[in-house]
Amino acid sequence: MIGDFIDGPLWYFSAAVFLLGVIWRLIAILRIGVTVDLSVARSSGAGGALRTLFSRSLPRRPVLTRGKLQFVAGYMFHLGLFALLFLAQPHVEFISRRITGFGWTTLPHWGFMLVSEAAFAGLLLLLLYRLMHPVTRLISRAGDYAASLLVFLVMLSGCLALARAYEPLRLLHLLLAELLLIYFPFSTLMHAFTFAVSRGYTGAGMARKGVNA
Amino acid sequence: MRDAGADNMNDRIAAACDELRRQIDARVSSYFSSCVHCGLCAEACHFHVETDDPRYTPIYKLEPMRKLWRQEHTLLGRLGAVLGRSSGLSERDFADWEELVYDSCNLCGRCSMVCPLGIDITYMLRKQREAFNLSGYVPDGMQKALERTLDTGSPMGVTLKTLKATLAHIEKATGLTIPIDREGAEYMTLFSSMEVVNFPEYIESIARIFDAAALSWTISSEAFEATNAGIQVGSRDGAKEIVSRAVDAAEKLGVKYLISPECGHAYTAIRWEGPNLIGRRYKFEVVHILELLDQLHREGRLKFSGSSDTPMTLHDPCQIVRRGGVVEPPRNLLHKVASGFVESTDHAAMNWCCGGGGGVSANERAEALRLKVFGRKKKQFEELGVDTVVTACANCRIVLEEGLEHYEMETQVIGLTELVAEYLEQ
Ligand code: SF4
Ligand code: SF4
Repeated sequence: MIGDFIDGPLWYFSAAVFLLGVIWRLIAILRIGVTVDLSVARSSGAGGALRTLFSRSLPRRPVLTRGKLQFVAGYMFHLGLFALLFLAQPHVEFISRRITGFGWTTLPHWGFMLVSEAAFAGLLLLLLYRLMHPVTRLISRAGDYAASLLVFLVMLSGCLALARAYEPLRLLHLLLAELLLIYFPFSTLMHAFTFAVSRGYTGAGMARKGVNA
Repeated sequence: MRDAGADNMNDRIAAACDELRRQIDARVSSYFSSCVHCGLCAEACHFHVETDDPRYTPIYKLEPMRKLWRQEHTLLGRLGAVLGRSSGLSERDFADWEELVYDSCNLCGRCSMVCPLGIDITYMLRKQREAFNLSGYVPDGMQKALERTLDTGSPMGVTLKTLKATLAHIEKATGLTIPIDREGAEYMTLFSSMEVVNFPEYIESIARIFDAAALSWTISSEAFEATNAGIQVGSRDGAKEIVSRAVDAAEKLGVKYLISPECGHAYTAIRWEGPNLIGRRYKFEVVHILELLDQLHREGRLKFSGSSDTPMTLHDPCQIVRRGGVVEPPRNLLHKVASGFVESTDHAAMNWCCGGGGGVSANERAEALRLKVFGRKKKQFEELGVDTVVTACANCRIVLEEGLEHYEMETQVIGLTELVAEYLEQ
């Protein structure tokens, strides 16, 4: 019975909270607006916004030299997570059945193992770094740990569910994913969407001045 | 009976909080929503890199603003406030953060270039200062520089009389006449007080260059100061008043262009912040001296003969290059007049600040910290192995000279405009 609840109403509820929450947060940010810049621009802001949207995915020298570990771990985690989310066979089946109505090519088993290991290692390294480095220890908030822990548990339960093909584990995985969806709009996980707004604003502001940000 | 001092302080903190509220725009809100607290910005800031003190992490310097944002712009923050789990900003927040906001930040913009989320931390640091100014938690030296500018027209107390005395010396040395208040001139030029007092050779150089290029120019007796302590302190009213003086003088003389001198933050003030401070566009264009020199050369109005083969590198002033966009002109000029010019590893938009920007050089109590973080520049110069540094900002120049002396280095610092003047074709 609880399984039906997790598989049914709770899924729709969490998906709705996620969707509406994300839209609400984005509107709340953009609604504040920015004052029109009266200085005469050197070049168009739009081009700069687009450039920075992509260029910030590549690190500049200080990040490559002094922040090497975080850079590598960050890439491992994010790429691994995306691959798991959108290319793991159970996920594609789930998305096809519940959302899109169609599926796509999925990762072979060895590919799944590879990306999940990369994602786990990346996440753990980032978490360790957060716990151990004086800078991240000082600036991290409870929400940062909560988000990392939740993502970790979702990933762990997902891997266990796949390895054991055991229904209660699948339900546990789904339940944790639903909690994550509900928590998402109210947490730092929102960076998955707001990064585009931030990069856009910065890229545009700097391009007006003639600087490639 | 109520304590008048406490009331006064409460009013100031309330005004500062209101100002912070006003400063939170969509950009700020998206930035705080995006920050994942990865700490990478710390690796770009010389204050952290040279001291290893985590408190000097750029985003941490914004904690008062973040606190207010979280409480008023997030669901969990609002919930916490309603449940009494978090209190608003207090005087303590301003008192505790004053040093981080003013002493350990040059508003240099380097951190903004590396954040993987694209957060322009410096944009927020500049805004936060507006609130600190209202709270009264502002370093004395910076506050005094602003008051002097508003009272006398110059942060160093340089008067028209002092400027005229300097100009008289230059006229005698060059045989040129320096035009003052010439109506209908095409260009009006501003100076920084430091140029008048410490580097009159800059003024002499532009007089010679403009004469060689047959430029129609003038100085205004009503406004010749370009620096703007109001921007550094975070006083919108002060900054507006200082910008207005230059704008009014230029519009009165009817010039087409206003020349911003080498000084970095003066350029940011007059070129990028000025129109927003006075609420309208100017009736003239602002051009940085290096842009103008580069343009005059490209137009064939400025010709060079010979060049220096001394190995030298460029120290890019943050507000001219990274935050100002004058990236190529200094390089174009150096390639013409300095065959020994070499770039540092971190250059142009990624150069390391000298440590004196953002008002830090006017803040006496920050001197020890400023000299400590100058260690970054020291390493940068040593790695390159050159003994001459050319720059284009009087403030950078003084700060570099002091830092080099502190570390007992033999490195020479020269001004780019003077170098250009040295190789003018006669
Ligand atoms: S680098 Fe950007 S995301 Fe990371 S802590 Fe600094 S401001 Fe936040
Ligand atoms: S603006 Fe410059 S000095 Fe200020 S925090 Fe950023 S890197 Fe450090």
